[in-house]
Amino acid sequence: MGGLLMQTLFRNPLAGPDVLGLSSGASLVVALTMMIPGFGSSLFSHSFTLALAASTGSTVIFLIVLGFSQRVKDNVSLLIIGLMIGAATSSIVSVLQFMSRAEDQQYYLVWTFGSLSSLNWGEIQILTLGTLVGVAISIFSVKSLNGWLLGDHYATSLGISLKNSRILIIIGTSILTGSVTAFCGPIAFVGIAVPHLTRLVIDTTNHKLLIPAVIMCGAAMMLLCDILSRFPGSTTILPINAVTALIGAPVVVWVILRSKKVRL
Amino acid sequence: MSEVLLSIGNLTVGYSADHKNILFENLEIKLRAGELVCFMGSNGVGKSTLIRTLAGLHPPISPINKIEVDPKHIAVVLTDRVNAVNMTVEELVTYGRYPYLDWNIQLNDRDQEVIERAIDLTHIQHLRSKKIYELSDGQLQMSMIARALAQDTPIILLDEPTAHLDLNNRVEIMNLLRNLSRKENKAILVATHELDLALQTADVIWLANRNKKIITGIPEDLVLNGSFDETFQFKGFDLKTGKVFHEAWRNKSVRLIGEGHEYLWTKNALERNGYSVAETATTKIKIEKSNESLTWVIDDYKNCSGIKDLLYNMTAKIFPN
Repeated sequence: MGGLLMQTLFRNPLAGPDVLGLSSGASLVVALTMMIPGFGSSLFSHSFTLALAASTGSTVIFLIVLGFSQRVKDNVSLLIIGLMIGAATSSIVSVLQFMSRAEDQQYYLVWTFGSLSSLNWGEIQILTLGTLVGVAISIFSVKSLNGWLLGDHYATSLGISLKNSRILIIIGTSILTGSVTAFCGPIAFVGIAVPHLTRLVIDTTNHKLLIPAVIMCGAAMMLLCDILSRFPGSTTILPINAVTALIGAPVVVWVILRSKKVRL
Repeated sequence: MSEVLLSIGNLTVGYSADHKNILFENLEIKLRAGELVCFMGSNGVGKSTLIRTLAGLHPPISPINKIEVDPKHIAVVLTDRVNAVNMTVEELVTYGRYPYLDWNIQLNDRDQEVIERAIDLTHIQHLRSKKIYELSDGQLQMSMIARALAQDTPIILLDEPTAHLDLNNRVEIMNLLRNLSRKENKAILVATHELDLALQTADVIWLANRNKKIITGIPEDLVLNGSFDETFQFKGFDLKTGKVFHEAWRNKSVRLIGEGHEYLWTKNALERNGYSVAETATTKIKIEKSNESLTWVIDDYKNCSGIKDLLYNMTAKIFPN
């Protein structure tokens, strides 16, 4: 879902929460709250704090990327900047890991593997709330999202306020990425892969159809990955991140191959 | 005089960083209903910037720093490329209705009607379910114009809609714009490099000259008073005859006898090859026409079956060695 919003906003098929550093931004703030002694341990048990931390992280990174997007007009440089930010935040996380206590590290490591199952009801309620708000914002933005596809000038000439819709889309994406990352860990590749899979199934550029389709497709995909990660008939549970990347990577390759035939 | 739809006085256009890059100064802009205006000027003079400024997409330097444009009043066709995968022509045209829709983008009967009409006017019915990346440049441009029409505005601004198109498509687009301005009583401003087409279709020409001004007038006046020559500083093109200037480097003149298209094209071939055509010349070429076949006769004795043959024999005759 976040991936679709970002791909439209940046008009780049490879944009997605994790590529542009959103997920790693969320990870950084989560790592900070978990591993800084005295600050984290008292708070992080509170799941809402975790969600807030992750949301803040992804928002901050998104704002930085967006700030750059005003300066550099071409999307490839922006993507590179996003990747660099992602790399930088990841390395800060490594430094934190190096300096923190073993048990905090363990918590963090488990969190980064990603999991759909380790949620209690309270957490699910918060996650649901975050998702609903994020989805509501995106549904409210379908008109401007469609407008973005035409490019800045055409969108403005159709009376779509770029500034307002950009901010709205950022907030929506950050809430979605933030809340999901907080509870399920930084889940890789789904953000990029699902919108492309969806476009393969339904043949439209209209976000009014794309948004619900991506939501369903994304949920189905995550469930599938979750089932696969459980190894039917065994008690071992694989980290879900390994599974999503395993499915996501070929999709990205396929998109690149396809974009030679079709100008994206 | 017809109704003035757009009027901006004292407009200065450029890039505002320290006000050094001023493209046009103190313009008086007027667009009237039912008029097709062709906006001409050399590359880099600022045609696109002025169009974007009028469309409210680029801030002017004065009189105010932002022009508020009602999307129901002005529609634009720009040179920006639209590359959205999967978008069909019909979806593209539907964008024209966005100013009239709320966030739910639900089309009503009236919207459908306007879209159908835009598609009809631009003759793109057969393309409606095609993807935009499957279109040729000309078809894409037509679809972009249809989108602007669907916006149902009294004013349409177009930035080089005929660039990269072949002659046939260029003529088609200019004729379409011509008809739209007349039949739909729209004010249409087209930035273009098509000198010959503009002269034949425009009601008014805007000429961007090098002094940051725009000269306006009807095409014929501007040709005769030399404004075109001054603006473009033609190199080897004589606007008053509409022809490229040829140097008579062979220093040889011929007398050409004939009529109609045959005469014109033979003259063209001779001048292109460095001959001058004059009534008093001693060498004579006569074009003879007999049931569908043409013969060119040099000095009453050498018959040629085509212009290539004629040119060959001319060189053979004049330089026998």
